[in-house]
Amino acid sequence: MRTGDELPELEIAITRTLIVAGAIASRDFQDVHHDAESARAKGSPDIFMNILTTNGLVGRYVTDCFGPAAVLRKLAIRLGAPNYPGDTMVLTGRIEDVDGDTAVVRVVGANGIGRHVSGTVTVSVPQQPPSPQPGGTP
Amino acid sequence: MFEGRPAVSGGVGKDPVNEPMIRHWCEALGDTSAAYAGPDAVAPPAMLQVWTMGGLSGNAGRSAAYEELLGLLDGAGCTSVVATDCEQEYLRPLRPGDRVTFDSVVESVSGPKSTKLGTGYFVTTRTDVRVDGEPVGTHRFRILKYAPVRTYAPSVPSRAPETPTGQKPQVAPTSTPTPTRPRPVINRDNAGFWDGVDRHQLLIQRCLGCRALRFPWLPGCNACGSGDWDTVEAGGDGTVFSYVVLHHPPFPAFDPPYAVGLIELAEGVRIISNVVGVPYDKVRIGMPVRLEFVRYEEGQPALPVFRGDLPAEVGG
Repeated sequence: MRTGDELPELEIAITRTLIVAGAIASRDFQDVHHDAESARAKGSPDIFMNILTTNGLVGRYVTDCFGPAAVLRKLAIRLGAPNYPGDTMVLTGRIEDVDGDTAVVRVVGANGIGRHVSGTVTVSVPQQPPSPQPGGTP
Repeated sequence: MFEGRPAVSGGVGKDPVNEPMIRHWCEALGDTSAAYAGPDAVAPPAMLQVWTMGGLSGNAGRSAAYEELLGLLDGAGCTSVVATDCEQEYLRPLRPGDRVTFDSVVESVSGPKSTKLGTGYFVTTRTDVRVDGEPVGTHRFRILKYAPVRTYAPSVPSRAPETPTGQKPQVAPTSTPTPTRPRPVINRDNAGFWDGVDRHQLLIQRCLGCRALRFPWLPGCNACGSGDWDTVEAGGDGTVFSYVVLHHPPFPAFDPPYAVGLIELAEGVRIISNVVGVPYDKVRIGMPVRLEFVRYEEGQPALPVFRGDLPAEVGG
């Protein structure tokens, strides 16, 4: 875990199901997240992903990369281009800063129309007890 | 006026932190982390806000001040809402059985902002989340309450099936009306000016009391107070007295960047209009310009604009 390390990309298919399931799982019943007609009436071409789902995906991306022992401390995101059904979002991350067992990761999620999300995630990864070194003393 | 006032006081989570909601969230988001299942499961930290959501049965505990703020914005036509920012800090993990309480305060309300979606106001709230009185996390949330700049017509029945391959949905081009330019406001004081524009004449008012020229049109003379006037037609020569280049915000029917000039006519009065014929970044103070009339929309009058000339390139 070093400053400058890049996290492996995560590609997420933005299906209608993901948008609706994420909205309902986060108890967000704003119609723009499940009702295309209402979304159009409000100036959007289609339903779009709610911020809680994006937040959860950014959190998932970081904990997927750092493993189940990783503990999220802070998550700060800003939304840009909406995630509409049929698009794909690619999450990328880069370690900006490391302090002991805590890293600050800059995360960007880009979709087909621009940058859906950008933000920083502060994550602690408790040190594992040292494991036997391969090729060490027999 | 609203900043610092509570948005929610003594909010209580509708459900305790619980395994089924955690599992539904993980299923929806495809989160398979072992930390969120099994006997020692914790809730995904990003669910912090979920435990405070009002859901379909509403947000009990919302303050009168916050309701008033949202009502004022609705009344101003800002009936649509979109979340723009979320900042969360997690002080300790939440576990099944935890009962969440929360208080929210309005941190800031922006002035009117023009956005791609429409003009609106950013409202930032900060929520402190507790369990048994002990802080477990904070949650700062920013929404844009806006008046939609356009709406999309209802979908046609023969919508193309969605492709799962990352294709963007096609928005029927017919569903977006072409935005039109603002119409001039014509009244008794300026009708003569617009009559002139219809005849491709740029008319300047002239005071019959003191002979001072004035533009834009006014009922009386700023120099002597006389209400009597006639007009003179501008010869059409002018220079750029000052200008701005508009990049943002984009207005429907206009295509930024473009230059807006304050043109000093040879007669001495100044008029604001577009500078055309010159790239927006080549417009300069002092540049000579010439009046012309350009029709931008069918059925609307041709408008007076000013054509600039780039100095001839030397050498090369």
